[in-house]
Amino acid sequence: MLRQASQTSVSDGLAVEAVDLVKDFGETRAVDGVSLSVPVGSIYGLLGPNGAGKTTTLRMLLGIIDPSSGRRRLLGHERPIDAAPEVGYLPEERGLYPAMHARDAIAFMGALRGLPLREGRDRADALLANHELGEWARKPIRNLSKGMAQTVQLLGSIIHRPRLIVLDEPFSGLDAINQGKLERLIRDQAASGVTIIFSTHVIAHAERLCERVAIIAKGKVAFDDSVAAARERLRPIVRLRTRAADGPWRAAFPPNARRDGDEWVFELPLNGPEPLLKALIDGEAGIETLAIERPGLHDAFVAIAGGDAAAEMGQPETAP
Amino acid sequence: MRRLLRGAFVIARRDFAATVLSKTFLFFLLGPLFPLLLGAVSGGIGASVASETEKPFVAVVSSQADFAALDAARSQLGEAVDQDALVRFVHYAPASNTSAQVKRLLATRHPAIRAVLTGGLAAPHMTGPLAGDPGTTGQLRLIIANAKSPPKTTTIAVTETRASSGSLAKDQALTAQIGQGLLFILTILLCGMLLSQLIEEKSNKIIEIVAAAVPIDSLFVGKLFAMLAASVIGIIVWTSCGAAAIALLKPGGLATLPPPAVGWPTFLMLVVLYFAMNYLLLGAVFLTIGAQASTAREVQTMSMPVTFTQVVIFGFAATAVGNPDSIKALIAAVFPLSSPMVMLARAAQEPELWPHLLALCWQAVWVAVILRLGAQLFRRTVLKSGPRVKWWRARRA
Repeated sequence: MLRQASQTSVSDGLAVEAVDLVKDFGETRAVDGVSLSVPVGSIYGLLGPNGAGKTTTLRMLLGIIDPSSGRRRLLGHERPIDAAPEVGYLPEERGLYPAMHARDAIAFMGALRGLPLREGRDRADALLANHELGEWARKPIRNLSKGMAQTVQLLGSIIHRPRLIVLDEPFSGLDAINQGKLERLIRDQAASGVTIIFSTHVIAHAERLCERVAIIAKGKVAFDDSVAAARERLRPIVRLRTRAADGPWRAAFPPNARRDGDEWVFELPLNGPEPLLKALIDGEAGIETLAIERPGLHDAFVAIAGGDAAAEMGQPETAP
Repeated sequence: MRRLLRGAFVIARRDFAATVLSKTFLFFLLGPLFPLLLGAVSGGIGASVASETEKPFVAVVSSQADFAALDAARSQLGEAVDQDALVRFVHYAPASNTSAQVKRLLATRHPAIRAVLTGGLAAPHMTGPLAGDPGTTGQLRLIIANAKSPPKTTTIAVTETRASSGSLAKDQALTAQIGQGLLFILTILLCGMLLSQLIEEKSNKIIEIVAAAVPIDSLFVGKLFAMLAASVIGIIVWTSCGAAAIALLKPGGLATLPPPAVGWPTFLMLVVLYFAMNYLLLGAVFLTIGAQASTAREVQTMSMPVTFTQVVIFGFAATAVGNPDSIKALIAAVFPLSSPMVMLARAAQEPELWPHLLALCWQAVWVAVILRLGAQLFRRTVLKSGPRVKWWRARRA
């Protein structure tokens, strides 16, 4: 149940809260009952394949479109537009006025969020200089490379020093160097207390950056918790190579243990590694190698969203 | 409201700067001069051709004495009627074969002969294709009668006044027509541009940033007022050029223009206000329609029916000129899209000011209503992702 007071959710520690958001486009249900809770100051990832409903969810959270049903609250405001001066947004489809100078484009985006134009220009000059784009400040956007233009738009989304930054597929189209710069910028903003939500279909980015993730598939939230909790959903994997091919120690293996070349691969039994080790030693299995691997976010994603969704995620773009 | 206005100001400032500081704005300012120049040139050529072709001569085959009497009578008639409406004479001495001479004269091209008058004053006879031209025969009858027995001249004392009710009504109706015409031309020139105003934002995807930062109403209001401000610059330039041209070319200058009923200062103020209202009303409609278009091709397709609609509205408003209190005029004054043009015509013809205050409030309400509906339609049909919904099906979506 949502509370009414404007600052309640922020004081409760939630920058964004969504309850049962549904969005229908004609006969198609793009988002089906999405509920999210984004803690203040966290880096929160929306993870899912293309078409899962990430962008539509973000657009509803920001008030660009209204949900068919459900409720959302942004920085304590029931109407997202009321929170607009404290929100920065980088949409998936990048767009700037081609004839505008870089500093003016950044200042314009700040002005839309309530920042005085003159102050916006001064800040834009400083930000562009900090991002090695100082000499491009007074050049039209159309003269900038794609990566530079994306950086300009990103700077435009933080120029007014928002408390919440929403980035829709921010790494899309960036080369490895610029992806690294963007990751640093996200971490810097988060370090100063800004809440960051970003959507991605590249698991590696979410795994590196996010404290919490929501996994969205087919318009539904399949998981919403910390990255650690996602990984803890899976048992650690044991990889074992023994000198003896068989013996009574095999009884300590779970039923789904399988051979992978000359290795045994199976989930770590619920009673932990000690009984397994005891059985191997007592049974003189002759341990050659034994590895207990913690599952990655990708494994967790496959387990949570299914193999098909994982396949749709595709290969990660060049990651730094 | 404060957020809406602030957002609108940011949008308007960007749009205004982008429009006025672009190189193409110079062409925008020069645009109306091209049709004026074309009109002046073609009008001059047309007038010259008309003077040569539409006033053929009547060939007078007579003695020199008879012709002199006829010419004197014609000059006397010329004091009463417009010289251009009078028949013109050219004299030929009688030949031995009269019928052959008449036939030859009717075929003459320099000067072009309308008819041939033979028989002198004693037995006048007209030959020519005069069945459809009773005026020429009528004038000849009068001129010949006067030539035979010149009437006595009578002197009438004249006391000159500046105006009379009859002359004022005619002048003010002319002012009303000119005012309506100018309003129509300016609006048709400028509103068409609004059809494509949102294409830029939609094609370069910045619409998402704007929609997330300010209410969509701000986008509509900002765009509309930015174009209005740019238009006002154009109007100041065009009006100044027009006033300078009238002052230079028309004898007596601006003072000779027919005075409106509310007086020139109030009328000019109302011209500005009604132009703004006319522009905002039609502009809001066109912006809404244009916002549904995704490509320049769609905008072009829309522009023709939109222009025709404007012509129909102008025609509706024009019925009010001359009779501003008629039922038709009142309906046209109440209908929001024709109201500014009708009320401007009324200002030229009726001195009361309170109807204008009422009309301006009424029009402002409709500007707000249309903008609100336009913004809602835009949000509903354009901003949402997923399958595109045609705007005419928006109600069902």
